[in-house]
Amino acid sequence: MITVEHLTKRYGPVLAVDDVSFTADPGVVTGFLGPNGAGKSTAMRMMCGLTPPTSGTARVLGRPYAALANPGRRVGVLLDASAQHAGRTGRETLTLSALLTGVDRRRVDEVLDVVGLTPAEAGRRVRTYSLGMRQRLGLATALLGDPDVLILDEPANGLDPAGIRWMRDLLRDFAGRGGTVLLSSHLLAEIEQVADRLVVIGRGRVVAEGTKDELLRAAGMVVRSLDDVALAAALRRAGVDVEPGAQGGLAVAADAETVARTAVGAGVLVTELRPADSRGLEELFLELTAADAREEVAA
Amino acid sequence: MSAVDQTRTGHRPGTRTGARTAAEIRPVPFSRLTLVEWRKQLDTRAVRWLFVTIALLTAGVVTVTALVGEGDVSFETFVSNTSTPLAMLLPIVAILATTAEWSQRTALTTFTLEPRRGRVVGAKLLTAVGSGLAFFVVAVGIAAVAHLGVVTLRDASPDWGLGAMTAGMALMIVLWMVQGVAFGLALQSTPAAIVVFLAVPTIVGAITMLLTAWSDVWPWLDLSTSSVPLIMGEPLGGTGWAQLATSAAIWVGLPLAVGVRRVQRGEVKTS
Repeated sequence: MITVEHLTKRYGPVLAVDDVSFTADPGVVTGFLGPNGAGKSTAMRMMCGLTPPTSGTARVLGRPYAALANPGRRVGVLLDASAQHAGRTGRETLTLSALLTGVDRRRVDEVLDVVGLTPAEAGRRVRTYSLGMRQRLGLATALLGDPDVLILDEPANGLDPAGIRWMRDLLRDFAGRGGTVLLSSHLLAEIEQVADRLVVIGRGRVVAEGTKDELLRAAGMVVRSLDDVALAAALRRAGVDVEPGAQGGLAVAADAETVARTAVGAGVLVTELRPADSRGLEELFLELTAADAREEVAA
Repeated sequence: MSAVDQTRTGHRPGTRTGARTAAEIRPVPFSRLTLVEWRKQLDTRAVRWLFVTIALLTAGVVTVTALVGEGDVSFETFVSNTSTPLAMLLPIVAILATTAEWSQRTALTTFTLEPRRGRVVGAKLLTAVGSGLAFFVVAVGIAAVAHLGVVTLRDASPDWGLGAMTAGMALMIVLWMVQGVAFGLALQSTPAAIVVFLAVPTIVGAITMLLTAWSDVWPWLDLSTSSVPLIMGEPLGGTGWAQLATSAAIWVGLPLAVGVRRVQRGEVKTS
């Protein structure tokens, strides 16, 4: 369980994180979605006690992260897969964490197996690892202490499609056993495969929050008819936002009933009426965050 | 790749076993943190190369001292010779162990596993001093072998006494190791900390030569000047110790205070 309340971080004139509140519940994979530079990483560092917030609080398992005894056994954290000593082997990296957190050394082999790093790969220095292997090693470090909570910043970055599928299964399994998962991504396609619930962030603020279905509902309906022009005019008169659909038809910001009633009132025959698909979610995401996306893409 | 992925997408034992309860989880004891920091200090390739360098330098110094001249070299002179390469290069091990947290960006892991940052700093100081003293003991051992060598092979007169010079060297190694950690914490950059550590004594030394009018003041300000009697085995006296204390406060205490404050207050991030 992660509880974030009014979390705010100000760097000089810039509000990197602006009054962010949300909860990540046990048994659920929560996706933290936003463009680069939206404040995801800063917010996650604050959750892990690495960055002091300007105001607001973040609690993990009911306590501030820094107040957790031996947090490596409660919370698995992967904030930057590249932040591992290049001169150590993967196995040594894990061994150090195992020694510190007091985990049985055999657990190192277990998590190596879980993330699919072979003994030969584990014996190589991290310098030689691809980004995908570093992600796997970082995930192994996060899983090492058999935690209740996972906090993962862009964990799918650098994984191939098979790797993303593997990670989805892993995180679903973890949540299915009652664990809490918070993972961030700047790619909707990546996160919608994994997350049950989404918190969308743009320029430091939460701009949308809910299950994928709830967000899709917010994305509105797609309607086709025999006379789209007349229908669009009727809908606009009814005060509903209408735009031409990406593949013909109309994208309408209203529920099905409103659209159908308006069409009947205008005497237009509707040929298709359905919720916007994940393309709609993609468009919603772009729209929600377009105004907020930073010009330059952060590293 | 696909064969590997087969195993990678296979079943996953060990994700969330739920085998332990919260009551079993105790805070990380300082002893364990210290042992892990010690391992981190010594397990990298850069540090191993430094040890190879120190070993080669020490071997060279011992060989030259033993073979050149009469060969009538006392145990303590050998100790002074074998501990000098150590004293020069071992603080770099302390610097690397500290700055790697930022240059290798391991601080993220270190401080998420132990959020009480002061304890991490304490463990780094303890392991740096521990390594300093442990390798000094090794240097004394090598010096004993060397002295035994010149006594048996070159007919030197046995002189096994150790005194002020050995104690002084041990104290300075401790100070230099702490200084290495302090520079590392304050600068959080490997090249910067090493350059400052190596260049500052030289630069300050050059200034002391130029500003001879200040010759009475320098021992109070410059650790290199105030430590000379200590490593030469000369008696310090009250003034000498006071000068050592003030100069150490400036060159060890102050950077340490700055470094600790920076780590405690600062944000841990990777870019």
